[in-house]
Amino acid sequence: MHLSRGTRWALRAGTALTLAFLYAPLIVIAIYAFNDRRTATWPPPGFTLDWFDKAFHNQGVRDALWTSVQAGIGATLIALALGTLAAFAVARYRFFGREAVSFLVILPIALPGIVTGMAMNSTFTQVLGVDLTLFTIIVGHATFCIVVVYNNVVARLRRTSASFEEASADLGAHTWQTFWFVTFPQLRSALVAGALLAFALSFDEVIVTTFTAGDRETLPIWILSNLSRPNQLPVVNVVGVVVILLSIIPVYVAQRITSDPVTSPGAVAAGPPP
Amino acid sequence: MAATVDTKPTRRSAGRRLADLLHGHRRAQVGLLLAGPLGWLVIAYLGSLAVLFVAAFWQLDDFSGQIVHSYSLANFETLWEGQVYREIVLRTVGVAAAVTVTDAILAFPIAFYMAKVATPRARAALTVAVLMPLWASYLVKVYAWRTILNEDGILNWALGPFGLKGPGYGIVATWLVFSYLWLPYMVLPIYAGLERIPNSLLDASGDLGGKPGTTFRRVVLPMAFPAVAAGSIFTFSLTLGDYITPQLVSSKQFIGNVVYANVGVANNLPLAAAFATVPVVVMVVYLLVARRLGAFEQL
Repeated sequence: MHLSRGTRWALRAGTALTLAFLYAPLIVIAIYAFNDRRTATWPPPGFTLDWFDKAFHNQGVRDALWTSVQAGIGATLIALALGTLAAFAVARYRFFGREAVSFLVILPIALPGIVTGMAMNSTFTQVLGVDLTLFTIIVGHATFCIVVVYNNVVARLRRTSASFEEASADLGAHTWQTFWFVTFPQLRSALVAGALLAFALSFDEVIVTTFTAGDRETLPIWILSNLSRPNQLPVVNVVGVVVILLSIIPVYVAQRITSDPVTSPGAVAAGPPP
Repeated sequence: MAATVDTKPTRRSAGRRLADLLHGHRRAQVGLLLAGPLGWLVIAYLGSLAVLFVAAFWQLDDFSGQIVHSYSLANFETLWEGQVYREIVLRTVGVAAAVTVTDAILAFPIAFYMAKVATPRARAALTVAVLMPLWASYLVKVYAWRTILNEDGILNWALGPFGLKGPGYGIVATWLVFSYLWLPYMVLPIYAGLERIPNSLLDASGDLGGKPGTTFRRVVLPMAFPAVAAGSIFTFSLTLGDYITPQLVSSKQFIGNVVYANVGVANNLPLAAAFATVPVVVMVVYLLVARRLGAFEQL
């Protein structure tokens, strides 16, 4: 397309500015993680690795990390099972209410997190009368993680033809052989990508978690409750950097191993709910 | 002897018997596939939403501090008559609108560059570059802005030599941070929308004498508008439901803060539930308008 030289340069400048805007805060926080003072003055007067050591040996951080990992794994496993089943039904069958199923899967991520969180909170505390524990965190996380697995598997199933499965059956394989030797290998990378995204989503979630965690602390909740303690700030910086890396790396890997465009909001709000 | 050979059981596992049973029964297959996911979503999720909706009609007993499961519209009356609540709704919706406009303006150049100027390689790299901050921890991003906007922070340090000062914490800060947080949600749909506009249309406009500005206003903008509406669903909805950003970078109350305070500190779940219906209603209306604008085809 023909654009004048000036327009091209203006577009380049706009692009660079937006990218700088997107990355500047992440870079700033990464620099502060090495700040050798407790106060967040800019520019940092000196640099140190001490806070990484302190964060590593901080019992609160360790407990929160462990809770986050457990919650992430639990939610991911549930989301993998439920998301894959729903994806098969929607992608391979026609039935009444099919649109409603995909709408229902997306709903937990489309409604504001505070609504989802409060709804779960009132059910747990007012109706079921259960204590808020790791289990309730997992239930909450699994509910909004289903959509990322679902999106990945549906996208993959739509790209692969059911005729492979028919061929396998014609050649005498029974249902499970077909699933194991034909369907599953085609799905494998979509499942891995879905699982990574689900884990990243769970690992990072804070709003729904504040309503379902009780006195358990996930890593984001630990950060939230330590923001107001000035002498903890250096450790918060370090934990922040670690959390950013732990949520960005799975997404990067997921992006690399699958060519399905499922990490974009274009694929129906697959972004993380804040 | 012969009889035993005849009936030699090809012992089949339960799984295979199930598979045989389901063979050809498409309805039963769908039913089994959907039982788990629908059971979960309907019971755990829709059920919870229903409880929340019902809770909006419950009361808090002022003396005992206990929730009374009797039904009335009292909570909605409180909210409707409270000047404070009206201000909070207006403030939240106003910031959500400002954020949406800001993001649309910021997103357009980069989306246009990605869709129409960049090489395929650069385009792929830029897509990943826009996606990654989207997935980086939400809380840490807000916290990073808190540090940046701090009195001794980098913003005041950078603006100082020019005799300027950053906005500090407040309503401007919430607008800035929200705009930052939701920007990728706007870039990606606009990029996808612009990519669908054939280059030949833009060239034709130029050939017919349209200046770049005219082409932009009369060809690009109308065609990209549904994509902007699609992106605005995210920027708008996410701002409406947030309570952590206002809490961290301002002392102003947003809808989310009131809801959160009533669930936690005040222990007035019914009032919180009633107030939480406001963003849901606003979003439903917004989605209906967005659908008319053709936003859903762009999702």
